[in-house]
Amino acid sequence: MIKYSYKILLIFTIFLQSCWGDKGAPNYEYMPNMYKSLSYEAYSENQIFEDELSARLPVEGTIPRGYSLYEYEDTNEGYDLAKKELSNPFSFVQKDILKAKELYTVHCGICHGAKGAGQGILVKREKILGVPSYADPGRAITSGSTYHVIYYGRNSMGSYANQLNEKERWMVTSYVMKLKSDLSK
Amino acid sequence: MDSKVFSLKITIKLFKKLTKLNSLKSYAFYLIFITSFVSNSYGQEGDPVAGKALFNTNCASCHKLDRKMTGPALRYVEKRLAEDEGLEREWLYKWIRNSSSLIKSGDPYAVKIYEEYNKAAMTAYPQLTNTDIDNILAYTAQDKAVPKPTAVASNLAVGPSNGIGLSDEIILGVFTLLFLLLSIALVVVTKTLKTLAELKGVKPKEKKKTKPIWKAYLENQFLMLCTAILFLLVSAYGFYGWTMQVGVNQGYMPVQPIHYSHKIHSGDNKIDCNYCHSSARVSKHSGIPSLNICMNCHKSIYEYNGETTEEYTKEFYDAEIQKLYKAVGWDDEAQEYTGVTYPVKWVRIHNLPDFAYFNHSQHVNVAGIECQTCHGPVEEMEIMYQHSPLTMGWCINCHRETNVKIKDNEYYDRIHVELSKKYGVEELTAAQMGGLECGKCHY
Repeated sequence: MIKYSYKILLIFTIFLQSCWGDKGAPNYEYMPNMYKSLSYEAYSENQIFEDELSARLPVEGTIPRGYSLYEYEDTNEGYDLAKKELSNPFSFVQKDILKAKELYTVHCGICHGAKGAGQGILVKREKILGVPSYADPGRAITSGSTYHVIYYGRNSMGSYANQLNEKERWMVTSYVMKLKSDLSK
Repeated sequence: MDSKVFSLKITIKLFKKLTKLNSLKSYAFYLIFITSFVSNSYGQEGDPVAGKALFNTNCASCHKLDRKMTGPALRYVEKRLAEDEGLEREWLYKWIRNSSSLIKSGDPYAVKIYEEYNKAAMTAYPQLTNTDIDNILAYTAQDKAVPKPTAVASNLAVGPSNGIGLSDEIILGVFTLLFLLLSIALVVVTKTLKTLAELKGVKPKEKKKTKPIWKAYLENQFLMLCTAILFLLVSAYGFYGWTMQVGVNQGYMPVQPIHYSHKIHSGDNKIDCNYCHSSARVSKHSGIPSLNICMNCHKSIYEYNGETTEEYTKEFYDAEIQKLYKAVGWDDEAQEYTGVTYPVKWVRIHNLPDFAYFNHSQHVNVAGIECQTCHGPVEEMEIMYQHSPLTMGWCINCHRETNVKIKDNEYYDRIHVELSKKYGVEELTAAQMGGLECGKCHY
């Protein structure tokens, strides 16, 4: 009888726990080996590598399939060279420009603003200051220099190479150049 | 103002004299004399208010007044250059308009500062006029504003509320004591009444013995049967409810290694979900951003200046930003990466079992569903939690109810026409497109 009431109590407390229980711990699972992946998942821990990360960078000196090499160096000389000679290898249609606007709004617009005048929401809220207009005469950006800066970042701006792929970077670049010409009007 | 102009004139005269002097002693004397006399006059003839606006639009991305950033801290820059390097405002004009040509010309200080700041090239500002630069210098020459004594105010605010808390406890204590006294008094009164009754010879009425209700209940077989059925039904219902929540983590809200507030980032600052979770567009996973994405902004944002509460103070948030710097190996003082990094062990919240396949890009990119449809009002969450149950019934329900967005969606151009013919409908739900087939998610 004591054993039985103990069981009832246990079930009851578990039931209660599921209603108002600890939100900081995950719930128990029925047959956990059906839940857990055997292969390593993208963010799982891993005993093979020293830093225990399953998410790895490409091996040094290799390029993933579908990617290409960017030949300009992350220096002032590389910037000047890209500014002078690098140009867009893709040709975009109207649909791409719409997509480019979307990507621009998500990744660039928060600082550079919808019009590229350097008045994004983070600037308006004075979180990040000194974001220049694309029409800034001192910088005199070209599509080459824009692509270079998206790829490596420059001064306070970080690199966006891991958020946008090559085609997307060029799409955003062409959209930036469109904004620049709109601003210069 | 007159006296300042006067002092400037004297300075110029002294400079002219200085060039003629050779004696080291008098040079030193004059230098001390000049600095003591002139120190107040730097940057005074510009308008600091206009200067602030110019500074914020042009300089602030790389310079702060009191803090090293991509470039050096700029408070008292003119005074510092004049005193330490003997460079005048003309040099600053040249440097700001075109620093690279000044470096190329071999100006020793220009080269030195260029090397010191890792060869970060300062953008040229040919569009700034002398007055503009004067205004900016006037802004940099201002003394640092003394922070308002907010600490005292907050102490005052805490004081009375503490007092209230204390008096609450006192009141509670008094009530408990009163209750105790009353119950003791009751016991004493009944005891005395009983003794009084005994003394007077009054006998308490004897109760008639009847069958206790539980016994009558146990003997009634019909009632017992009903109770048994009711008990079984209730426990079956309870058991069913209990089994249905096994493995469901709705409301799961773990403590994360860094207190990242979605409310501040995507609510207050309106950063799009896709900015950080950029792989949701293109992959199965909506990736947790690597720390370089945090540093896109937090290289510049080193402190929190938004709304605070008693629990989440400015100090609390600032300490969280420091945690990020430690993990990514960013030396905030020197403004450079140390190369020593620690992976942040974020606790995964949304976790589908391995036997169910879910692809983010299919839902975000193809179907164009808002993140909030499944993840709830993330932009209001100070601490992230699981909004939806993520059960199969929940998935299926949405697939049954949601019409597929066909418009401008080339993924569904042909299949939509053929399937609408088959079902004889205008709008197709995800279920009619095959969103209920087992093999879509389980294989």
